[in-house]
Amino acid sequence: MAGSNEAGKADALQPHGAGTLRLSRPVLLLLVIVVLFAALVALYGFDATAQATVNGLVAGGYLGLGAIGLSLILGILKLVNFAHGDLLVAGAYFTILFGWLGLPLVVAMLFAMIATAALAVLTEKVVWQPLRQAGAGTLQLFLSAIGLALVLRFGIQFFAGSQVRTLGADIVSSITIGPIHLGTLQAVALVTGLVVMAVVGLALRFTGIGKEMRAFADNRALAEVSGINTRRIIDVTWAASGFLAALAGILYAVAIGSFNPNFGVTLLLSLFAATVLGGIGNAYGALIGGLVIGLSQEWSTLLLNARWKPAVGFALLILMLLLMPQGIFGKARRRS
Amino acid sequence: MSVDFWINVGVLAGIYGIFTLGLQLNAGFIGLLNFGQAGFMAIGAYAVGLLVVDFGWSLWLALLAGILLAVIGGLFVGISSLRLRSDHFAIATIAFAEIVRYVLQNAEFSGGNQGVLGYDEEWRTLSDWALAKLALIGLGDYTQLPLFIAVWLAFLVLLAVLIVLQGTPWGRVLRGIREDEDATAALGKNVFAYKLQSLAIAAALAAVAGFFVALNVTFLYPSVFDPTFTFFGYAMLVLGGFASYGGVVLGGILFWTLLEGTRLFDTALSAGQQASLRFIIVGFFLLLLSRLRPQGLLGNRAEMRVRP
Repeated sequence: MAGSNEAGKADALQPHGAGTLRLSRPVLLLLVIVVLFAALVALYGFDATAQATVNGLVAGGYLGLGAIGLSLILGILKLVNFAHGDLLVAGAYFTILFGWLGLPLVVAMLFAMIATAALAVLTEKVVWQPLRQAGAGTLQLFLSAIGLALVLRFGIQFFAGSQVRTLGADIVSSITIGPIHLGTLQAVALVTGLVVMAVVGLALRFTGIGKEMRAFADNRALAEVSGINTRRIIDVTWAASGFLAALAGILYAVAIGSFNPNFGVTLLLSLFAATVLGGIGNAYGALIGGLVIGLSQEWSTLLLNARWKPAVGFALLILMLLLMPQGIFGKARRRS
Repeated sequence: MSVDFWINVGVLAGIYGIFTLGLQLNAGFIGLLNFGQAGFMAIGAYAVGLLVVDFGWSLWLALLAGILLAVIGGLFVGISSLRLRSDHFAIATIAFAEIVRYVLQNAEFSGGNQGVLGYDEEWRTLSDWALAKLALIGLGDYTQLPLFIAVWLAFLVLLAVLIVLQGTPWGRVLRGIREDEDATAALGKNVFAYKLQSLAIAAALAAVAGFFVALNVTFLYPSVFDPTFTFFGYAMLVLGGFASYGGVVLGGILFWTLLEGTRLFDTALSAGQQASLRFIIVGFFLLLLSRLRPQGLLGNRAEMRVRP
């Protein structure tokens, strides 16, 4: 509907239009964020707001990275992957496993990401590809995703137990910059999250495989006609999805400090919110969506008790679905 | 194990059978992916608990109020979200159920994780009376038997009502919408209204199930209404059969027998591992059924259709 293209066209046609100001949705979003920030500063003071904003960016890092895979899979395969949250959990628990096997923490993390990527590809080969070939309907896909989510989550719980765990890193030290206090690990998660988000964004933009993935998510039929290798793209998308999900899970584990196997399912609706906000199938959108959801949840702690944080994510998800199902960066619905 | 154990399995099968009748009405007969059923169940159950404990209502009046509130919830969800695509609708309903659970967990009025206690006095009285009668035929020792009878009576009555409804013109319109929404609309049927009615009835059924859950667990706490139970309902649905009310009965009995039956095996596993294993089994069930027999045992493949 009123996408940026249309707004641009309207401007071009009426360079000095009759005083009607039409903003594209991303600009509008930026304005809303700036206004909200200013309002919060006015109400709660700069220090508290800045602290909540930094916390929001930390959350935005893992939510954004976690949402990319969900969004691409939903865009490319039209699959609502309920098991995605459990890939985040797999990342954190693989890290524990490799650490237990004696690897240094950072190496264990890297191995965990690779292992989770392999796990994601495995689910494609064992579950999703056969289902697609059998011409499965929406409900079948839904139920399979739920089934897979249960198998993954409780499989992890079976071996690792449901007790609260940590990655075993130093969670006490903290750094202070001006009025903002931040655990060293949170700072690491923040920096890593933002850097990886930038790298992923650049990779999608400039590498051949990134372009192909975006083209595929955008219009599958057209991409296939242009000679893109379908099966390869799907495999790469699953691998990337699992890799980034594991990274997101690890960042969550690092930033929050302690976790149990249920954290993926708790985060899942926030990840969906980020996905819908950014426009389904749009990887950049998912990154921005994650940041917006992270900021909203942390900013909400200024107004409400912190225990309502997840509910803010759910409410945003419903609001987005109702008011703007095509998302901030999505295009008007295509008839297919 | 004992007869008591299997009576309890029967109670669970009956309660979640009522719950799943609503899912069958939505997913099976009109093609609506309602994944918020646990939320409606929570509304019904907590309305009963809170109205009796905090406001001194009669249990039976509270049951009616609980059904009414769940229906209002269903109408609210339906009016706001029914125009969404089916997968978006499913996500929105899950989000709704999670919000309900979150509010119950964190708000002041619901007692949070401490839960609600002491609403079932009237039921105890009735149950004791029934047990006295049952004692006359030598069944007085099975304390859960009155609940079993009440649950299955309600289940079978509701089942009969739904089967009758399915044969009416109203029921045929539902299937018409599932098969071809545009054609049904072109015949002058108000598709939205039918979907809304189907959702509201499902919510009412969930509230009845919630009432029995409340009687069964004897105190209410939020995790009884985890969205996972909606998934259990769908597992029963696909096991028994798609678009078949009889399938819900079969699915309910089979599902709970398999799930609870795993408790009977002595294994070297810890209690936590056994609990995990039960969920893993449910997961594999969903995966295998979707792959091998998506229409379920009694279902008809030709009736499996959910519009995008």
